[in-house]
Amino acid sequence: MAEQPGPEQSPSRRALLARIGAVAGGAAMYQAMTALGVAAESAYAGPVKLEGDARGASVLVLGAGVAGMVAAMELRKAGYRVQVLEYSDRPGGRCWSLRGGDRYTELGGETQTVGFDHGLYFNPGPWRIPYNHHAVLDYCKRLGVALEPFVQVNHNAMVHGRNAFGGKPQRYRTINADYQGGIAELLAKATKQGKLDEAVGKQDQEILLESLRAWGALNTDMTYAKSVLTSDRRGFDRDPGGGLTARPVPSEPVAIKDVLSSRLWSYLVTGSLYEFQTTMFQPVGGMDMIAKAMAREVDGLIRYNAKVTEIRQDDRGVTVTLRDAQGAGGAEQVRADWCVCTIPLSILSQIEMNVGAPMAAAIRAVPYAASVKVGLQFKRRFWEQDEHIYGGISYTDLPIRMISYPSTAYGTPGKGVLLGAYAFGPYAYEFTALPAAERVKRALEWGAALHPQYKDEFDGGVSVGWHRVPGALGCNGAWTDAKRDEHYDNLCALDGRIVLAGEHASYIPAWQEGAILSSLDAISRLHRRVVSA
Amino acid sequence: MRPALLLLGLALAPLPALSQADAPPRSAQQRVGEATSDSHGFVSATRFGQRDGGALYAAICAGCHMPNGRGAVGAGAYPALAGNEKLEHTAYPVGVVLHGRHGMPGFATQLDDAQVAAVVNWVRTNLGNAYAEDPATPEEVRAARP
Repeated sequence: MAEQPGPEQSPSRRALLARIGAVAGGAAMYQAMTALGVAAESAYAGPVKLEGDARGASVLVLGAGVAGMVAAMELRKAGYRVQVLEYSDRPGGRCWSLRGGDRYTELGGETQTVGFDHGLYFNPGPWRIPYNHHAVLDYCKRLGVALEPFVQVNHNAMVHGRNAFGGKPQRYRTINADYQGGIAELLAKATKQGKLDEAVGKQDQEILLESLRAWGALNTDMTYAKSVLTSDRRGFDRDPGGGLTARPVPSEPVAIKDVLSSRLWSYLVTGSLYEFQTTMFQPVGGMDMIAKAMAREVDGLIRYNAKVTEIRQDDRGVTVTLRDAQGAGGAEQVRADWCVCTIPLSILSQIEMNVGAPMAAAIRAVPYAASVKVGLQFKRRFWEQDEHIYGGISYTDLPIRMISYPSTAYGTPGKGVLLGAYAFGPYAYEFTALPAAERVKRALEWGAALHPQYKDEFDGGVSVGWHRVPGALGCNGAWTDAKRDEHYDNLCALDGRIVLAGEHASYIPAWQEGAILSSLDAISRLHRRVVSA
Repeated sequence: MRPALLLLGLALAPLPALSQADAPPRSAQQRVGEATSDSHGFVSATRFGQRDGGALYAAICAGCHMPNGRGAVGAGAYPALAGNEKLEHTAYPVGVVLHGRHGMPGFATQLDDAQVAAVVNWVRTNLGNAYAEDPATPEEVRAARP
């Protein structure tokens, strides 16, 4: 769901991969990616088949997020008696959309009332689905959740740096064309000067030059310069037209040294990554359409406002102690033969639970990342009307990090809601620590550097800092490779009568695909245990 | 929501992020453009800019432990730092700030030694805590790093 494009990043597996790619080339990067488990095809092999007799066994599912509801749905289908306990008053967990009239109270007690117009929404959590997240897409298909394209790359959106081009936002299109053209010209020059003779044979050099010309839009003299050819990539000063105003006016490319020093090239890569490649999808009407469809499927099984305070297993079953999440009433106990626990580790690490030492250590080992999103409503869709930006994402090195325009309802009159900030790391902590209204105010101030219309057109906003979400206490499990080596298998293994599931028990952290695949894997192992007993 | 990601921007840069070593200090370039923020807030995507203990608390800790230090309770809880006896000695809070604890992330790569000492000392002497003796020092923090 998340990305951290551009300069000033924190360390990650992906950073490592990027460097491998930069240093050793694509093949080496792909090899490394496969080794790290990111490039291989999805582990999803179609609807799960839980064959064999469950003999009326009962399962308690903790958490009605995507992982929990998938477990409930499939286990019930396989003949289990299922009950789901959910802390909050709605299904979905982090699969969540905010709409006009919704009230959201964060930890600390501040309540925001969403003032969006009818039909407008904002997804504080997951918001896009890669084409290779086969499990999510299959559940959407099976549950009748309508999808539409999510625009990730928009060539007419902006890339912006405080110190790039005097702080003036640039079109993705022009930076992309000029970066590529500039690199092609440099490589062509080096080739012609014989500097690549050792790496590329003479015959292949001809092909290389031909390909550089095509790839970079080089002119016949192998330069990347102002022309109709290059403007066909970067856009014209005046577009081709009809009649007497037909003649196009080419635009002047930016010199490669200026593109490089601007560092705006760093925003060009995202859309090439496996998880962000075209086609991406979103559910029509908001990400929580998935949650709602799943909740319909497990209708009657979910008990809301149930705060789990203790999980205790013995030889014959699992007893879960719960309290009303609003604080009313005393403790209560629920019992089942088995337990699928999808409670985020940020919370589970605080719940008394008798599992073995390896799983207990794993539960305590994973910190939860900071992330913040701000949704902004404007009086009109000025990004479309004034700037011809239809969906997609503008990137910036400002603390908001990006602005994403709605990939739906293009050209409609009336108000529009966009994603006005999506930050991680220090910026996310700093946003989270602010009062909600102040987060919105900052997002407006920073976003105005890309869109001056912000000031006049602003109509209201809502912000979600994930560390303050009462049922999550953080955005996602922030694994490191070292922690995975030590704890991951122990976290996922069936411990007596308890198995864990969720994005934290996957190699696709913070994506719904990880939650679903983890859940399917967990219940398959649980079921094998049950039928072989 | 995924924090881990697309760091291609660093592909041509040196690799401080992969080492355990302290990242270099903020460049002058990173200080530009903060007119709309407080003087040392929101200065970098990878490091906190505040130097003052109270400012660091307000920018980081307050997100979970709350501005008044009383913590919060949801499905799980953030412990109160106000009147917290675990703050009596510096070793515990220094360790938690650097390495995290359970769901709480560590800040070893995002704060330098002086910042960690500053925020620890601020918490130990504010929010109803009065542990002014034996304050944390940058040297102590350095020694506690992995």
